[in-house]
Amino acid sequence: MSWADAARRFDAVVIGAGTAGMTAAIALAQAGARVCVLAFGLGSTHLAAGTIDVLGAIDGEDPVRSPQRSLARLASARPDHPYALMGASTVAEALAWFARTFAGAAPRGYGYVGDAGRNMMLPTALGTLRPSALVPTTMAAGDAAGLDRVAIAGTPALRDFHPGLCAANLRDAGIRARAVQIQLDLDRADASALGVARRLEEPAWRAAFCRRLGAVLGAEDRVGLPAMIGLHQAAQVLADMEQRLQRRVFEIPTLPPSVPGMRLFEALRRALRAAGGTLVLGAEVSGAERSGGRVLSVAARSAGRQTRYRAPWFVLASGGLGAGAIELDSRGRARERVLGLGLRGVAPASAPRFVEDFFAEQPLARVGVAVDERLCAQDAPNVVVAGAALPGQAPWLEGCGEGVALASGLWAARLVSAELGGRCQATQRSSPGSMPGDAAKPGIDATRRPSPGSMPGDTATESGDRCQRMER
Amino acid sequence: MPEDGALTGSMDGDLIDLRDHETLRASLDHCVKCTICETACPVSNATPLFPGPKYAGPQSERYRIAGRPPVDPSVDYCSGCGICSQVCPQGVRIAELNARARAELKRANGVPLRDRIIARPALLGRLATPVAPLANRLLGLRPARVAAHAVLGIHSDAPLPRFAGRRFSAWARGRAAPGGARSRHVIYFHGCGTEYYEPWEGRRVVAVLEHNGLAVTVPRQGCCGLPLQSSGMFDDARRTVRRLARRLARELARDEHAIVVGNATSCTLMLKREAREILGLEDDPDLSLVSRRTYDVCELLLALHERGELRTDLEPINEVVAYHAPCQQQGHLIGKPALDLLALIPGLEVRELSAACCGIAGTYGLKAEKHRIAMAVARDLFEQIRASGAPAVACDSETCRWQIAHGTGRRSVHPIDYLYRAYGLDR
Repeated sequence: MSWADAARRFDAVVIGAGTAGMTAAIALAQAGARVCVLAFGLGSTHLAAGTIDVLGAIDGEDPVRSPQRSLARLASARPDHPYALMGASTVAEALAWFARTFAGAAPRGYGYVGDAGRNMMLPTALGTLRPSALVPTTMAAGDAAGLDRVAIAGTPALRDFHPGLCAANLRDAGIRARAVQIQLDLDRADASALGVARRLEEPAWRAAFCRRLGAVLGAEDRVGLPAMIGLHQAAQVLADMEQRLQRRVFEIPTLPPSVPGMRLFEALRRALRAAGGTLVLGAEVSGAERSGGRVLSVAARSAGRQTRYRAPWFVLASGGLGAGAIELDSRGRARERVLGLGLRGVAPASAPRFVEDFFAEQPLARVGVAVDERLCAQDAPNVVVAGAALPGQAPWLEGCGEGVALASGLWAARLVSAELGGRCQATQRSSPGSMPGDAAKPGIDATRRPSPGSMPGDTATESGDRCQRMER
Repeated sequence: MPEDGALTGSMDGDLIDLRDHETLRASLDHCVKCTICETACPVSNATPLFPGPKYAGPQSERYRIAGRPPVDPSVDYCSGCGICSQVCPQGVRIAELNARARAELKRANGVPLRDRIIARPALLGRLATPVAPLANRLLGLRPARVAAHAVLGIHSDAPLPRFAGRRFSAWARGRAAPGGARSRHVIYFHGCGTEYYEPWEGRRVVAVLEHNGLAVTVPRQGCCGLPLQSSGMFDDARRTVRRLARRLARELARDEHAIVVGNATSCTLMLKREAREILGLEDDPDLSLVSRRTYDVCELLLALHERGELRTDLEPINEVVAYHAPCQQQGHLIGKPALDLLALIPGLEVRELSAACCGIAGTYGLKAEKHRIAMAVARDLFEQIRASGAPAVACDSETCRWQIAHGTGRRSVHPIDYLYRAYGLDR
C-alpha cells in the first residue's frame, strides 16, 4: 500500500448482485447505511424466469398450492431449511417489501401480481406448468386456472422456442392449446427474445406484428408468447397488443436472456441508486483480510491492482453451486470460492457425489455456507449469508429461489442494521422506503435470533448518536 | 481456516501478474453462452450490423485460427467499450478477445488511411497546434467536413474538438518548481486531449493536486496508443505505449513514492490494464511497473479522502450537474469515485445518469460508417441528460464530453472542474 491507496469504507459490503444481494443492499441503503455491492458480473436475474417463486414443492410431492400454508410443513420436514430458520413471517414481510420497493422503482404500470397465499401455475416453454407466487403483470394471464382455449405463438426466427411442443404438452394437461407461427424478419444473425422486445416498443413494428399474429389466431381467448413483450415499456406494449388482438396476452419465460429478469434487475438497480447505494460490476472478490475469524476487508480486482473494501459487516450473496460460488473439484471436494468459508451439506468423502437420475435430488443439492441460526457464517461472525449460498435448500426442486433470496436478503439487512445500531438512524428517519416493522428490538446477542420485523430506527430515540456515515 | 491477519487471496502485485498470464483464450472455456453480455452490449442493441459480443466473441472465436482473419467481419463493429467483460459472470474477457480479432481482421484487410490519421492524436496535435486558428477554421467549414467525409470517411457530423493552439506541456515547462511534500510525488500524465485540445483541464488538475499538498511533476510523455489499438493497429500501438511506459517507468524508478495520475480515464485504463492484456504486453517490465502505480485522478483524491487527507475547504456551488461515468471509467472497476467527490461540495446537486455508453468510444463515432451507430447508442444517455434538467454534465473522458456537448448542446466538463472551483482556485 502506498500513500495513494486507501480501503474504501462502508457500513456494509454486499457480495453479489442477484436478487438476494440487491435486496440486502437496497434495504440497508434505505435504512441509511452506506452500502457497496461488489459483483463479479451480472447474475441470477438475467438467467431466471423473472417470477418470484416462494415454494413450489416439498420432497417431490405434488406442486404446493399455497406457499404460505405449506411453509410450516416444510419447516418441520426440513428444520435446516432457510425458511425454517427465518420463519414464515419474514417471508411474508419480504414479499410485501419487494412489492413496495419494486412498485417505487419500476416503469409505470409494470409490477408483480399474486401473493404467497396461492401459487399460480404458469406454462413453461416446454408446456409444463410451474408454480409461482408472484408473477410479472405480463405473465398473469398465463395462469392455468384461467386457461381454456389458448394459442401459443412463436416465430422460426426464435430458435429456442417451439410453440408446437409447448401446445402439445399443454393439451396433455387438459388445456385446449394450439400452436401458431408467424414469420418475422429480424435482420439479425442471432435473434433473441430481447431483440424482439426492443422492436415491439416501436409502435409501427408492433402494429405489423399484431396484424400478422391476428391473422393466424382462431377462437382462442388468450395468446401466449415468448417473454418479449417490451423491455422498458412492457405494460404499455402489453395493453396495446391486447387491444389490437382483442385477447388477453401473456408471456412464457424463455431461455436466457430473460427479458422479465432484466426488467427485475433494472428496477432493483434503480431502487439501489435511489437509496444511495453503490454497485461495482466486474469486481471479483479475490481475497480477504481477517482477524479472529472476522472479515476486516475484502479485496476486489480492479484495473492494474486490487481495491480494498472495508466494513464492519459483509453480506455474502454470491450464489451457490449454480453460480460457481461453491465449486466441486475433480477430487470431489467442495469449496466456497469467495471467502473460503466452511460448508454444510457435503456428504462424507466415501458417499457418491452424484446419482443417476438427473431430476432426483443430487447429494450436493443442499450444500451451502455453514451458518448459525442468525444466518451468519460459522467461520466469520460478521458475514451474513443470503440467497442460494445458504445451505439446506434445493431451489431447483423446491421452487423457492426468489423467496429465499428476498427473505434472506431482507433478514441480512435487518440484522446488519440492528448491529450498526443508532449509527445510521439519522439518515434512516428520512429514508423514503422504510421497512415494515414493529417495535421489537432485534437481538444483538449472538446466541439470540434477531426478531423479524424491525429496523433499528423503529425503536431508536432521537437522542441516539448521530452518525450518517462511517467516519472516514 | 487461515490464520489471523492472513490473506486468503492475493493482495500483492506478483500474484495478480501470475493470474494475468492465464491467457485471454483460456477464459473462453468459462463461457456458458448465458448471453448476459448480449443484454448489456450498447452497440448490438442499436444496430444489427454487430450481432453481439457473444456471437462475435466466444462463439466465433472457435472458428478463428491464429494469424488468419476472422471468418465473420462483423467484429469490426464492436466499439471496444468493454461493458461485456464487466457484466460477464464467468470472467470471460470478451471485449479483449474481440479487440484481438479486430486486429487480425485489419491485418488481413488493411487499415484505411482515415484510421491511420485519426488514431494518431499526438501527431495531429503537433502538426495542427502551430496553425491552430487555421486548422480550427478549416474543421469548422462545412465544405471541408463534407470533403473529409467523402475522401477520408470521417463523418461530417461527428464531434471534432478544436485545437487549443498552445500545448499543455509548454505551460507545464514554464511553471515554477513544484511545491508540495516530496514524499507525495505525482507524475501527471495528461494525455493527448489535455495536451492539444483542453490544456486548461490540465492546469486545473495540477492546481487541485497542489492544493492538496502533492508535488506534481510533468515529465515528457506522449500518446498511450489506445486509438491505434482500438483501430486494430497493434504493432504501432505497442510501440507507442511502450515508449510512453518507458518514460513514465524511468520517473517512477527514480522515486519510490511517486505515482502516475491522469485525468483521461481511457488513457489511464490503457496504462493500467488494456495495453498489457489486449496487446499482450504482460511481460513488459515498464508497463508492469506503470500499471500498478497509475491512478485516475478521482480515484486518487477519493483515496486521500478515505485517509482523511483531502482538503475539504470547499465553498458552495449552488448548481445542478448531471454525472455520466464513461464505459472506460467503469472499466477501472473502482465504482464512481467522482460521485463521492462531487458529493463533498456544498450546494452542488448531482444527478447520477445510468446510461452505459455515449457511443463515441474514442474514434469509433468519428468513422463515417459508424457515426450513426454511435448516435443511436447515445440516445439513452442524451435522453437522460435532457430529463435530468441539469445544464451541465460532468464526465471523466474527453471524447465523451465532446460527444455529449455535440449531442445535447450542454456544457460538459471533467468532474475535477467542480473541485477546482469549490476550492476557489479559479480566482
